[in-house]
Amino acid sequence: MSASAAEHHHGITTTDAESHHYAALGVDHLKLAFWIFLGSDCFFFGSLIGTYMSYRGKSLVGPYPLDVFDVNVTSISTFILLMSSFTMVLAVLGAKTGKRMMTMTFLLVTAALGASFVGFQVYEFNHFFHEGLTLQGNLFGSSFYTLTGFHGTHVAIGVLWLLIETFWYGRGWIRGDEGLAVEIAGLYWHFVDIVWIVIFTIVYLLEYTT
Amino acid sequence: MATIAPQTDTQVVVHEEDNSVWSWITTVDHKRIGKMYLASAFLFFLFGGIEALLVRAQLAVPNSTLISAQTYNELFTMHATTMVFLAIMPLSAAFFNYLIPLQIGARDVVFPRVNAYGWWLFLFGALFIQLPFILNLMPGVFDGPVIPDGGWFGYSNQTSAKYSPGLSIDFWMLGLQIVGLASLVASFNFITTILNLRAPGMTLFRVPVFTWMGMVVNFLLAMSLPMITVGLLLLMFDRNYGTNFYTPANGGDPLLWQHLFWLFGHPEVYILILPAMGIVSEVLPTASKKPLFGAPFVIFSGILIGFIGFGVWSHHMFTVGLGPVADAAFSITTMIIAVPTAVKIFNWLATLWGGRIQFTTASLFAISFIGLFTIGGLSGVMHASPPVDLQHQDSYFVVAHFHYVLFGGAIFGLFSGFYFYWPKMYGVMLNETLGKISWGVMFLGMNLCFFPMHFLGAQGMPRRYYTYDAGLNWETWNLVATIGAFTLALGVGISAVNMVRGWLKQGEKAPADPWDAATLEWSLPTPVPHFNFQTVPTVHSDRPFWDEKHEGGPPVSQARINEDPHKHVEMPPPSYWPIVASCLTGLFFVCFMLGKGYGAFDYDAFMTQMYVQIPVAVALFAVILLWSREDATPH
Repeated sequence: MSASAAEHHHGITTTDAESHHYAALGVDHLKLAFWIFLGSDCFFFGSLIGTYMSYRGKSLVGPYPLDVFDVNVTSISTFILLMSSFTMVLAVLGAKTGKRMMTMTFLLVTAALGASFVGFQVYEFNHFFHEGLTLQGNLFGSSFYTLTGFHGTHVAIGVLWLLIETFWYGRGWIRGDEGLAVEIAGLYWHFVDIVWIVIFTIVYLLEYTT
Repeated sequence: MATIAPQTDTQVVVHEEDNSVWSWITTVDHKRIGKMYLASAFLFFLFGGIEALLVRAQLAVPNSTLISAQTYNELFTMHATTMVFLAIMPLSAAFFNYLIPLQIGARDVVFPRVNAYGWWLFLFGALFIQLPFILNLMPGVFDGPVIPDGGWFGYSNQTSAKYSPGLSIDFWMLGLQIVGLASLVASFNFITTILNLRAPGMTLFRVPVFTWMGMVVNFLLAMSLPMITVGLLLLMFDRNYGTNFYTPANGGDPLLWQHLFWLFGHPEVYILILPAMGIVSEVLPTASKKPLFGAPFVIFSGILIGFIGFGVWSHHMFTVGLGPVADAAFSITTMIIAVPTAVKIFNWLATLWGGRIQFTTASLFAISFIGLFTIGGLSGVMHASPPVDLQHQDSYFVVAHFHYVLFGGAIFGLFSGFYFYWPKMYGVMLNETLGKISWGVMFLGMNLCFFPMHFLGAQGMPRRYYTYDAGLNWETWNLVATIGAFTLALGVGISAVNMVRGWLKQGEKAPADPWDAATLEWSLPTPVPHFNFQTVPTVHSDRPFWDEKHEGGPPVSQARINEDPHKHVEMPPPSYWPIVASCLTGLFFVCFMLGKGYGAFDYDAFMTQMYVQIPVAVALFAVILLWSREDATPH
């Protein structure tokens, strides 16, 4: 192969490769690393869900799921979280098209919806605790609080992230591609949402099948 | 066939590097981080070796009273924990750090500060796991044992608050969380680096085999570590806050731990061996002056091992009685995974076949790797059969098997890597005479130590018993094994002396390309400049440097492509945030020790934990914000 052809292999020149934004795969570094993190987090939640499933119906004493669940309340909080995914999409759209007000508004709305989901969870935990469901009392309590607790922590971290993102975005502190930064926060948000859909189905809805 | 000797040393102007302690603490240079991994992991390797020697000294004769049963438990637990998590894994990480950017033509990993964070976090966790040895010197301060004594596998409910109330399991459990997080963070970094920072023209199948194995290993880490994280979290909840995950009295199932542990633990086996296989795949072609035979097969079989590695975990659990269907399924997958492993072995043999083999120390280690690993592989595949496994479980036969794989395999591969890459890393050649003596003594000691364990196991000697009675016909082989262990230690010691000499720059100055190798790292001058590649090469084959030297291929070495030796290359500045953030992350986990409820929920202990842990978490959060505000753009 001649040297001149070599310099333009796959259209990438040596000069391109020496830039700090050069990505051989064509996907931004942070976005690619974040996808791998999400893949890893799937195994984290997979293990927790697996633990919950293997102990489902194995509690020796109550309270049992149907003694404490109120599917109406949890459906509302689920709906709120799903809507927050919609507002997140709008925030990403705003960031990609450079509409700053739209981006910041929807980032804040998403954070508010996420915070209210966490609020619902705090209410629910408090309520369940007073119904007698404790972390120590039975297998259902142990596995339920651990699984939903780790998910709630993920949402809470996401809310914090969105608030900081809004602030930084407003101050123009984000280096590089702002749209990409919001998009990566969106990836996390949607992931946490999807995990909740699985948890809601397995932990709550499955109890109402006969 | 034109042979061009590139004069690499003259084409790059390297400025004297700052060598102060502070510059090492704040470094984000992958080469320095790799060297720090290597030095610390090698010390842990020696430390774990001393523990093994004590075990073998105890077992040399029947009814020995050299050490107590409790000390014996502590020794075998810490030997395995140290060797797996603090020696082989970080030694592999040392090579990943040092070599991956060089092999793919990159100037550093993709997130240099995160890389530094992972290293300091590893060191924090490693020292935390070893801390009990110092605390143990203060008798009477702590209730019960402080040195971990539950085995590296930490089976439930041995590790429960009821049966292990002391701090020993807490050190083990939290220390593993910390080093696990360090590996997890590193894995995201390495995968992204390999995929995204390949030089122009370096398609995936032109990526050197070592880096390929690095990618497979880091995918395994990213996917398997979360499962032991969950397993350890549940254990911590049980011990500290009184949950029921592994407590049979409340309906919990100790088998859950075994599943979560081996779901991680079996991929872990490949995490330990694949880097060594990668090193051997670099050393053997160089030593035999041939391309790696069927390189794509070696790569694909590595990927296949990675995939199937997730589907064989229950072969560690045949004796728990999972039923014939599960046993049959895991028996089949275990037999299947032997196939890609055997493919690699035949590829290495075919690489040697007909080659003009240079018997350097590196190639001796690599060649003996093939034989020793094959012995371990064959005894391993025997355990794919549940009836055979039922006989061998918990006997010395298993100890023989995995030491052939992990010592004859992983450690021999890593030693091959030490001798092969030392000239590039430290700029001096390791002494070949000492190296060959060390190899010979290690090879002899290794076989004397571990081969008799097959016989002992077949004769029914169980693992993890601190002593045995006379008259069971075990005396001879135990004594031989102990003699072998000390021979092995002598061999390792010779290499350690050799490495310290090399580290102190005593020895022949290394040329840039001492082995006439094929890949990009050897095209760089020695010592490798801070920025690695002043001009990033364009790659046209899987052996770019060989082609330049011997086949008249397009140039990749700096000597030929770098037009301006004074060209300014911007590198990321040093940062102290990684070490600050890693210390706070480590402390966050250590705080869980304060909340110990000894198998029940203790409100006061929990509040004490919160009073300390919440400020640590807030500080960590603040540090992360400051870190991300730091301008890390290269200048």
